[in-house]
Amino acid sequence: MILVQTQDFDIAEQYRCLREEADNAGAIATFTGLVREFYEHNSGGEPRVEALFLEHYPGMTEKALADIEAQARARWDVQACRVIHRIGELRGGDQIVYVGVASTHRGDAFAAAEFIMDYLKSRAPFWKRQSTTAGAQWIESRAADEAALQRWAVSESDKASKSDSDVPH
Amino acid sequence: MTTLTINFFASLREELGASGETLSLPEQVTNVAQLVDHLVGLRGERWAALQDSSRVLVAVDHTIVPRSHVLRGGEEVAFFPPMTGG
Repeated sequence: MILVQTQDFDIAEQYRCLREEADNAGAIATFTGLVREFYEHNSGGEPRVEALFLEHYPGMTEKALADIEAQARARWDVQACRVIHRIGELRGGDQIVYVGVASTHRGDAFAAAEFIMDYLKSRAPFWKRQSTTAGAQWIESRAADEAALQRWAVSESDKASKSDSDVPH
Repeated sequence: MTTLTINFFASLREELGASGETLSLPEQVTNVAQLVDHLVGLRGERWAALQDSSRVLVAVDHTIVPRSHVLRGGEEVAFFPPMTGG
C-alpha cells in the first residue's frame, strides 16, 4: 500500500493494517520521519525551520514508490508493506514519511524497511523547500543519501541508468 | 512533426521560470541530449543549466533515463534536480 497525501497519518492505525494484511508475521519494523525544528545539526542553532514545502511529480511518484516496494519484495520476505509520504506544507515536528514492513523474521523486516527509506530519499521524485527565519531555499541533495544506496549493491537496471553519469555522485 | 510534453520541477522550474509545455519535435531531435540542445537553442543561454547531467535528472514517461535515451515523439519528458524526499 502506497499513499501520497497532504494529511497526517496515525501510526497505530498503520500498525493495525500491517497486522491484518500479514498472514503469519513474526516481526513488524516501522520507521517514521519527522520534520526537524532546526535545519542545522547543532541543537538550538538558528535558523529555525518555519515551514517545509514538499513538491512531487504526480504519476511518477507513485510509480517510483511501487518500483521500490517491488524491489524490496523481490529481495526479502515481505508479507505486508505500507509506505506513506506527505506532500504540501509541513511544520517543524510534523510526521513526513512512514514505512512499515511485516515479515516472518526481524532481519527481513529491518532490512526491507531501511532499503525502502534509502531508495525513497533519492529515487522517488520529491523535493523539499524550506522556509527558515533566514529565508527560503530548496534543500540540496546530500552525498550521504546517494552513498546509502551503495551498500545495497545497486541493481542491474540502476547501473544501466547510471552508465552515462546521469545520477549525481 | 510530432510533439512532446515537457515538465520542470522544483528549483529548476523556478530557475527557468517555466513549469512545462507541449513542444513540436524537429526531425533531427532523436534523443534527450539533442532535445536539451534544441531547447537551449530556442530559449537561450539560461537554459544551458539543463545540459549539466549532475544537476539535472531526466525522466521519460515517469522513468529516469540517461541522456542517450531515444525519443520517438509523444513522450512525457521531465527535468528536475536530484530528489530530496524522506
